[in-house]
Amino acid sequence: MRSLIVKIGLLFIMPLPAWANTIIVAPGTNVATIKLAVTIARNGDTIRVKKGTYISLNTLIDKELTILGEGRPVLDARFQEEVLTITSGHVKLDGFVIKNSKTGSMRDFAGIRLSNVEFVTISNNTLINNFFGIYLSNCKHIRVVNNHVTGSNNIENSGNGIHLWKCKEILLNGNYVTRHRDGIYFEFAKKCLIENNFSEKNIRYGLHFMFSDDDTYRHNTFKNNGSGVSVMYTRRIAMLDNTFIENWGSSIYGVLLKEITDARIEGNHFIRNTTGIYMENSDRITVTHNDFISNGWAMRVLASCNKDHFTQNNYKGNSFDVTTNGTLKEIYFNDNYWDKYEGYDLNRDGTGDIPYRPISLYAQIIEQNPQSVMLMRSFIVNLIDKVERAIPSITPESVKDNKPKMKPWKR
Amino acid sequence: MEKIIAVDGLKKSFGRLEVLKNVSCDFARGGVVSILGPNASGKTTLIKSILGMVIPDSGNILFKGNSILNTFDYKKHIGYMPQIGHYPDNMKIGQLFKMVMDIREQDAVDTDLLKAYQLESMYQKTMRTLSGGTLQKVSAALAFMFDPDVLILDEPSAGLDPLAAEALKEKILEEKSKGKLVLVTSHILSEADEISDQILYLFEGQIKFYKTLADLKQETGEQKLSRALTKILSTPSC
Amino acid sequence: MLKIAKYIILDIVRSKVLLAYTLLLLAISLTIFMSDADVTKGLVSITTVILIIVPLVSIVYATTYYFNAAEFTEMLVSQPISRRAILLGKFIGISSSILLAFIIGVCIPVALFAFSLTGITLMVSGCLLTLSFISLAFLTSTITRDKAKGIGLALMLWFYFSIIFDGLVLLFLTLFADYPLEKVMIVLTALNPIDLARILILLQLDISALMGYTGALYQQFFGSGIGIVFSLLMQLVWTLVPLLFALKIFKKKDL
Repeated sequence: MRSLIVKIGLLFIMPLPAWANTIIVAPGTNVATIKLAVTIARNGDTIRVKKGTYISLNTLIDKELTILGEGRPVLDARFQEEVLTITSGHVKLDGFVIKNSKTGSMRDFAGIRLSNVEFVTISNNTLINNFFGIYLSNCKHIRVVNNHVTGSNNIENSGNGIHLWKCKEILLNGNYVTRHRDGIYFEFAKKCLIENNFSEKNIRYGLHFMFSDDDTYRHNTFKNNGSGVSVMYTRRIAMLDNTFIENWGSSIYGVLLKEITDARIEGNHFIRNTTGIYMENSDRITVTHNDFISNGWAMRVLASCNKDHFTQNNYKGNSFDVTTNGTLKEIYFNDNYWDKYEGYDLNRDGTGDIPYRPISLYAQIIEQNPQSVMLMRSFIVNLIDKVERAIPSITPESVKDNKPKMKPWKR
Repeated sequence: MEKIIAVDGLKKSFGRLEVLKNVSCDFARGGVVSILGPNASGKTTLIKSILGMVIPDSGNILFKGNSILNTFDYKKHIGYMPQIGHYPDNMKIGQLFKMVMDIREQDAVDTDLLKAYQLESMYQKTMRTLSGGTLQKVSAALAFMFDPDVLILDEPSAGLDPLAAEALKEKILEEKSKGKLVLVTSHILSEADEISDQILYLFEGQIKFYKTLADLKQETGEQKLSRALTKILSTPSC
Repeated sequence: MLKIAKYIILDIVRSKVLLAYTLLLLAISLTIFMSDADVTKGLVSITTVILIIVPLVSIVYATTYYFNAAEFTEMLVSQPISRRAILLGKFIGISSSILLAFIIGVCIPVALFAFSLTGITLMVSGCLLTLSFISLAFLTSTITRDKAKGIGLALMLWFYFSIIFDGLVLLFLTLFADYPLEKVMIVLTALNPIDLARILILLQLDISALMGYTGALYQQFFGSGIGIVFSLLMQLVWTLVPLLFALKIFKKKDL
């Protein structure tokens, strides 16, 4: 983890050549477009772009340049093309407003496109109303930092906010993404670090990735996205200290895990989601130190999951703690705090003396007959749940926390 | 004398039981009418009909010439003393009087009985703590309190001690002399004998007879009401 | 009307039963809030308790009081005041007294320990639940003549609404699991004041779970304000309709 940050960090400390020039771009001067500035610049030069609105129809940056916006200059593609394409490594792009890329179904038009490059920094830009926001394909060692990406919220035709395809060792830090199709989208993006980002109100997923092994996600917030967060077909990821909040609706999940293996899910907060975590075909996952608060279902663990461990989590104010669709095998619960636990602790060691069964009978009834959701918290439902907990007959005997905590874990 | 209450063709059944079968009678000002009759003869139902507690199946009741059906204003002119007074447990005597004053929007103009029964000193007592006799005194005091034109007393002396009963009797006679109508139901014939001007005798929901006490005694040649009644009721012709 | 209400309140607030009810509610609320730091969990526990106790006490106490005050009612009828004013006065008097107990016993602790939208919903639905069961008590009291029958009927109504009704609904859902029953379910809910109060609280506590339901009608019912407005309105109907029936009967009743 730490070595990865250091590695990415070191790669960006690039000594500037002593002969570097600075080119000023300003409206109404000799150098009135970035395109012209790039043409006359040499590798290592700095381009300073003054305040103003520039039409930028797929401006190509094919030299190692530092391009700085001063007073937030606007680059506008007027829905005719992409705005910027970077095809050279060692580029830094900072401080621009980039807007109105073309929308289309044939090509993925983007606000900023990075193609086959290394050591590029995209920082402090505001992207508005682009089809795709920041689009990285086949890149390495890229930093995407503190950008503010707002899509068009067009339900039929919208691209992703930050889109990575076939990338390696990318840092996404402090970005805000909203109103796109998927907030952050990864496909074949490996060994990346995604931290301190905020992804909300995207049309589909706040975060969506596939085949993206060894990534680390931490301190991100995914809030109120159309379909929550969905991650699939990936190994060895770590999701640490993220917040998944208010992802509401049927088949909408705080996190959907499908064919995820060897993952660590630690210290996350799942708050007011219809389902906190949904797990399908996911093996060897450790879920620890997480808080599940006021979700409809804290977790749905399908019978296709194996060897998963749930320890030291807090389950509070959830309508249902755990449900499943069949027989769970090799799923282990230990040392969790369950607010619905009604056992006792005679030896005062902080651990309940009788096991807690997180799957309630009524949860299983709803599984079969969703319409009975209307009877939640009625006397009759409380009664059958109590009877079932006392004498389990239908709910799975094997799913239980043998050491339920009496008090919530303090974080 | 002026008619104050007119009962016309009153009928009332409770389920299959016919309690009043076509009862018609008038009551005039300035007299005491005793309504007598055996148990279940319809005495209380007649009183309650006049008070609007029982709603007749058919027939009409006029109070000062106006029908009382579906009205309640006429009750301003009536003081009623129930057979058994029963008031909210935690209510104080003073509160009860205050409440009735509030409801009637009248002041307590006649406090004779209040004084006679020394109720004013008990204003802070709650109803729950009172004996049956005291409750009756409270009911009696309430009935007379607003100087109404008509007094309806249901078994007034039941439960009262002899002194209190005597005070009540005197009060009744005093009110009569002021031109009030007093309707009394009673089982105690000697009492009726002392105060009544007229006797209304009900039997199985019908008026057996309605005569002045004097006429009754004259017709039967008896000096006592009880004997006169025995005599008249044993003659089948009535 | 208000005069009568005033004196009934003065009478009831001094009754030991009402005091006991207030203290019971207060004890429950305080115990729950003191023993658990988690406010939401406290609200859940209080909900469970009040959905049972509030209807029971409201209907039984109001029915008992009504019958105990039968002679007093007669006496009131002999006074120059309409029967309508008497019955409504009694209703206002009894319901404000019981509401007072609920406010002291539940609303104040909730406001102190768990002031939130859920807390407010709990207070409002508890109050409406109180009113609707007092209204039902008036209906049972006016349609029966003697106290034993009246209280028996009141208890049966409580048992039916709090337990049997939902049991039947569950059975019904199980038998007809394959049919779309959304509309039917919403109608069924409206037929039970306790369910209405429960749904109001669900809409706060369990909205995350309720939103997981696929049906469009439920989505609309739960997701927009419609569910809340519907439940509140139906609760009011449950307060007004039995009372109006009671009034109609009382106007023609022989005392």
